[in-house]
Amino acid sequence: MSSARRPEHIAPPDIFYNEEEARKYTQNTRIMEIQSEMATRCIELLEIPDEESRLILDIGCGSGLSGECLDDDGHTWVGMDISQSMLSVALEREVEGDLLLADMGEGLPFRAGTFDYAISVSALQWLCNKDKTVHNPIQRLIRFFTSLYAVLNTGGRAVFQFYPADENQKSLIMAQATRAGFNGGVLIDFPESKKKMKLYLVLTVGSTVSHSMPDALSDAPASTVSYAKRQSNHQRNKNDLRNRTAPKFSREWILEKKERRRRQGKNVRSDTKYTARKRADRF
Amino acid sequence: MKLFTHNMLTSKMIKNVKVGYPLKLNAAEVKVTPSEFRSTYVSRMLPKIDWGVLYEATQSIGHAEAIPSSISDDYEKNEDFLRKAHHALFEIEVINGEMICPETGRKFPIKDGIPNMLVNEDEVN
Ligand SMILES: C[S@@+](CC[C@H](N)C(=O)[O-])C[C@H]1O[C@@H](n2cnc3c(N)ncnc32)[C@H](O)[C@@H]1O
Repeated sequence: MSSARRPEHIAPPDIFYNEEEARKYTQNTRIMEIQSEMATRCIELLEIPDEESRLILDIGCGSGLSGECLDDDGHTWVGMDISQSMLSVALEREVEGDLLLADMGEGLPFRAGTFDYAISVSALQWLCNKDKTVHNPIQRLIRFFTSLYAVLNTGGRAVFQFYPADENQKSLIMAQATRAGFNGGVLIDFPESKKKMKLYLVLTVGSTVSHSMPDALSDAPASTVSYAKRQSNHQRNKNDLRNRTAPKFSREWILEKKERRRRQGKNVRSDTKYTARKRADRF
Repeated sequence: MKLFTHNMLTSKMIKNVKVGYPLKLNAAEVKVTPSEFRSTYVSRMLPKIDWGVLYEATQSIGHAEAIPSSISDDYEKNEDFLRKAHHALFEIEVINGEMICPETGRKFPIKDGIPNMLVNEDEVN
């Protein structure tokens, strides 16, 4: 873990993700690229069996970057986030998903069996905070995981990319997920590199059959065939992103993407003059 | 907020609420945004939908003609029906309004199309 101050230690999420912070999610290409890459990896780790569209919950959806990756794969999604500013940016970006202002630590406000899958990118560690004196992290974690377990269908899966502060926090999170009924574990991509290392919590519902974890990515020499295969898939996805003609996240880029989705016969919002406008353009 | 989302939402995270469903829907502003119709997707979605609740919702926000009051048995083959279902589920959006918990009367405002489902820490279990 880097020695820089962690955002979770600076302010509660609804305060930390203010307008200024939220703007980075439309203007800082580096942040956007990293978030999209991790979202793509989360979706890959869902291991959705067929090509069909699914209804997917995005927990801590922020400005909708991960949602756009879900759109790319033809899925429908509902996003929830505790920060109004982040959701406002998602509205500006005209994301396809439906949005909710909600706190995952209060439990998810959905009927049982609503979703097949859930993803969450860089949000889960926020639950370990004690932002208000009334907050009890363990209680918030168990409330969250218990309600998530209920809203997922049997055979469903949830994948979280997250940044636990230390081993204790990681075990605390895993213990509460297990208590709620989930199977699964933590997968570490690029464990050999401090900079590239990413942690994914992979949780499944209902499969009592000993469930095998997907393979991690690594730049170290390949040890198995399946590893090599995954690596090349990942590489291919990355190349796809690079081959796009318009600069990533530009208005042209979004329009191109929408056009591609239309050609695939997917649900796409109509373009307006506001498509991909930046916040700075607004008065 | 699209009506399919309303169909999924509950207030059962609130203390002592047993079912918290359906949330009563009041709309001050409704928008219809056309979107691409995919019959297989709508068919796959329908088993998850509480049709009665969807019907009530269309009634309460001034789209009484949108769908029939009961679900068609052969909906997979009935394109006309699926198109209506698609329209009600994915094209009608509540932009401003509120939802109300059926058991406690707790209100959840909807602003700019986003429902505010936040409650206080002392309201939850
Ligand atoms: C690092 S941002 C990532 C946003 C988005 N997933 C992405 O990858 O671009 C973390 C997000 O988690 C949200 N978050 C933090 N705590 C939350 C909570 N208790 N409930 C819902 N969202 C939360 C924050 O508001 C923020 O938008």
